[in-house]
Amino acid sequence: MADTALHLTAMPAGRRKTRMLLALSVLLAAASALWLFQGLGEGNRAFILQLRAVKLGALLVVAAAVAVSTMLFQTVAANRVLTPSIMGFDSLYVLLQTAMVAGLGVAGFAAIPQLTKFLAELVLMCGLAVLLFGTLLGRGTRDIGRTILTGVILGIMFRSAAGLLARLIDPNEYAVVQAASTVSFTRADPVLLPIGAGLTAAAIGVALWLAPRLDVLALGRDTAVSLGLRHGRMVVVTLALVALLVSVATALVGPLSVFGSPAFFGLVIAGLAHALARSHRHDVLLPAAVLIAANILVIGQMVFERLLGQQAALSVVIEFAGGLFFLYLLLKGRIR
Amino acid sequence: MKHPLGVTVAALVPLTLASLMTGAASIDVFAAPSDPWAMLVLMESRLPRTLAVLLTGAALGVAGMLLQALVRNRFVGPDTVGTGESAALGLLAITLLAPAAPIWLKILTAAAAAMAGTALFVAVIRRLPPREVMLVPITGIVLAGVIGSIVTYIAWQTDLIQLITTWLMTGEFSGVIAGRYEVLWIAGAAAGLAWFAADRFAILGLGEEVATGLGLGTKGIMRLGLAVVSLVTAMVVTTVGMIPFIGLVVPNIISRIMGDNLRQSLPMVAAAGAALLMACDLIGRLVRYPFEIPVGTIMGFVGAGIFLILLYRKPAHG
Amino acid sequence: MIQLSGISHRIGGAPILNDITAELPRGKLTALIGPNGAGKSTLLRLIGRLEPLQQGSIHIDEMDLTRTPSVDLARRLAVLGQQTQIASRLRLSDLVAFGRWPHHQGRATARDRKITAEALETFGLGDLSHRFLDEVSGGQAQRAYLAMTFAQDTDWLLLDEPLNNLDMSHARGLMSRLSGLVGSAGKSVVVVVHEVNYAAAWADHIVALKDGRIAATGTPDEVLNAGTLSALYDTEIEVARHQGRPLVLHH
Ligand SMILES: Nc1ncnc2c1ncn2[C@@H]1O[C@H](COP(=O)(O)OP(=O)(O)OP(=O)(O)O)[C@@H](O)[C@H]1O
Ligand SMILES: [Mg+2]
Repeated sequence: MADTALHLTAMPAGRRKTRMLLALSVLLAAASALWLFQGLGEGNRAFILQLRAVKLGALLVVAAAVAVSTMLFQTVAANRVLTPSIMGFDSLYVLLQTAMVAGLGVAGFAAIPQLTKFLAELVLMCGLAVLLFGTLLGRGTRDIGRTILTGVILGIMFRSAAGLLARLIDPNEYAVVQAASTVSFTRADPVLLPIGAGLTAAAIGVALWLAPRLDVLALGRDTAVSLGLRHGRMVVVTLALVALLVSVATALVGPLSVFGSPAFFGLVIAGLAHALARSHRHDVLLPAAVLIAANILVIGQMVFERLLGQQAALSVVIEFAGGLFFLYLLLKGRIR
Repeated sequence: MKHPLGVTVAALVPLTLASLMTGAASIDVFAAPSDPWAMLVLMESRLPRTLAVLLTGAALGVAGMLLQALVRNRFVGPDTVGTGESAALGLLAITLLAPAAPIWLKILTAAAAAMAGTALFVAVIRRLPPREVMLVPITGIVLAGVIGSIVTYIAWQTDLIQLITTWLMTGEFSGVIAGRYEVLWIAGAAAGLAWFAADRFAILGLGEEVATGLGLGTKGIMRLGLAVVSLVTAMVVTTVGMIPFIGLVVPNIISRIMGDNLRQSLPMVAAAGAALLMACDLIGRLVRYPFEIPVGTIMGFVGAGIFLILLYRKPAHG
Repeated sequence: MIQLSGISHRIGGAPILNDITAELPRGKLTALIGPNGAGKSTLLRLIGRLEPLQQGSIHIDEMDLTRTPSVDLARRLAVLGQQTQIASRLRLSDLVAFGRWPHHQGRATARDRKITAEALETFGLGDLSHRFLDEVSGGQAQRAYLAMTFAQDTDWLLLDEPLNNLDMSHARGLMSRLSGLVGSAGKSVVVVVHEVNYAAAWADHIVALKDGRIAATGTPDEVLNAGTLSALYDTEIEVARHQGRPLVLHH
């Protein structure tokens, strides 16, 4: 009941939320500035600055994409513990890429202009995801546990299928796909980055525009339908947005799962966003989630890379913390 | 099927023969008694590999059946509850702390760590809301992810990632030769030991209250079960790597055919596990001959498919 | 009037409803009764377009259910399912406010807020309105769902076992409020009830379902007699009279 009292006595809810968003933005701005200018030596300023800017851009785009895709996915599933990567979204992407290599041959695959490839992957991924997850979630989920388990197993299946396919094509080319499936924020391509950023911004814009309808979608299928929402269409649109965001993030930095186990980053973000925003409204939740994710990624990466000198450790630490958070939610009975 | 065990064993014979005859070196297995070269290949490579596959498949199947009885849930296997990750953590720890330790100590440490991890899983799921059947496997998968991330982190810090990769990534038998697989006999022996306590496991599977009502002390049998599961998983993970789904789908299928009288069904589980793994290993060796596809990858695909069917199959009545 | 013609429904091959043809009168309180698994919820969900119609047709006041846009329906008909479970962490006031969504599509007016507040008061939730849905009792949550359905302010109300979890006084209060809505505001209400005496006391019209077929329809006096009820529930049931209405004795 503590939070009821708080709610009644604290400052008006609207102002509190604006302040929270503002504080997060200021923090992010400070972190970004630090990221760009900390320890910038005399020589080669422009070059280092550009490198850092690209990496910062990748971090921000990925943060935004993961945050919004997770929130949207939870809304479609009317469930607080699902994330696209738990449900095998990025494994699907890896499978898709491998299938393309298989279809076109490594040389053929490499010959396609990067932009064309990127856009083709986006379209395919959206189609596949809507088909697959629309079927799984569209009619509402009676048995949420089974749905999660299905997603996890599908993830393993896609990944194994990708491995199988890769080795079938040519055991030597296995490395090509393998290289394409580990996270690296330095891999971000300066050409794709602005396009990815633009697409992410557009997707987030659409999501914000749909915010009132998303609020209703989150109530679950029955309630949404009885309130007159065109549930099926809304599910398709939302899943397409999720697929778009996951594809952009994955294309930029690689799949966000480590060692094939589910990645829990999105889960932590969504949990924190709900806790901080204390609102069910997507026009508050989405910006809050984006800012929280960006802060964690930028600050986390800075700490690990510059302070501790460990390039790759952040994703593992996030995996660990996220997993613990998931277990905590499970034991608290928040996952039903 | 009237005699499922007979049919399975009958299927195992040609599979085993095929396994003995498949390999990069072209030798005539049947000429081995007179051909020293063929004999060498057979004894050093083909036979160890075949035995390793048989032992692994059988032991993982049995371990899965026991685990499912212990936690009374059909949707878990030794590869999905963090047992293998814990074994890897133990082995990693002793490799770092006492690199010169004798092999039996390393094995013991891995098994003990696996047991601790599995016990942690059992302790966690006891606190889950009852009747939430699907939360149990999800908890296991998440726990496995958490322990796995610790292992990965330590390995990264200590440049042992190469070692870890062979344990935690998809298992394969291509590296098995004489002298490199013998600990799998321990896994096989542990699984065989379980058969003598089969009735107790079956009663435990009915629920703790029933077991207590029948005068069975649950603590001891629980510990025995955990020990077998952990020992099997630790041996398998550290010799050939993680093999997904065998311990999950085989017990499910056998339990549907034969029910849960473990004294009858455990031998069947062992035979079916061995047959399924042998078949998948053969596919992996033949489909892109002379290259090999790891059996873990094949199992990941085949096993996931079988599992989804089990998950969505209609209940017998409706 | 809701006109049901030739409705059949299957789930995974199993027939659930068989060729149901019936009329649910306008301006009346209709009770849907029948044993567990008779198909009451399924029928109600079909009328409320929560389940796609497989066979037959449904007309609601001349609107063809399958041809009418969902949002137009939501302004004419409100439906509350048997098992409403909402995963979002919502305050009761937020939940009830969603009842106005079909009317404002996201931009609430002062009138919407007024109706929301009234609905909360009507169901005695004024003091609880800032609590979260998972911080109230089962009956209080049920009252919040009912308040949301009331806030939708539609001609038709379809409620599946609305008395679930309600104590005696709230159950009675709800039935009398429904009956009042029918009498004074000219609304039409369809409720699934298990306690036949609530139907006997408050309903104007009764539809009895059994095994996916209509077993009986008519006024309480016509349907609630020992013969029909004993056959419907497969147990001996006696019917007495109390204050001019049937009183079903089943203990
Ligand atoms: N999702 C489903 N899958 C399979 N069968 C179902 C499903 N939903 C309902 N049924 C079956 O349809 C039949 C009718 O169910 P329905 O829920 O309409 O009954 P009901 O009259 O509302 O019962 P109750 O009084 O218990 O609420 C039952 O036999 C039920 O088992
Ligand atoms: Mg019902």
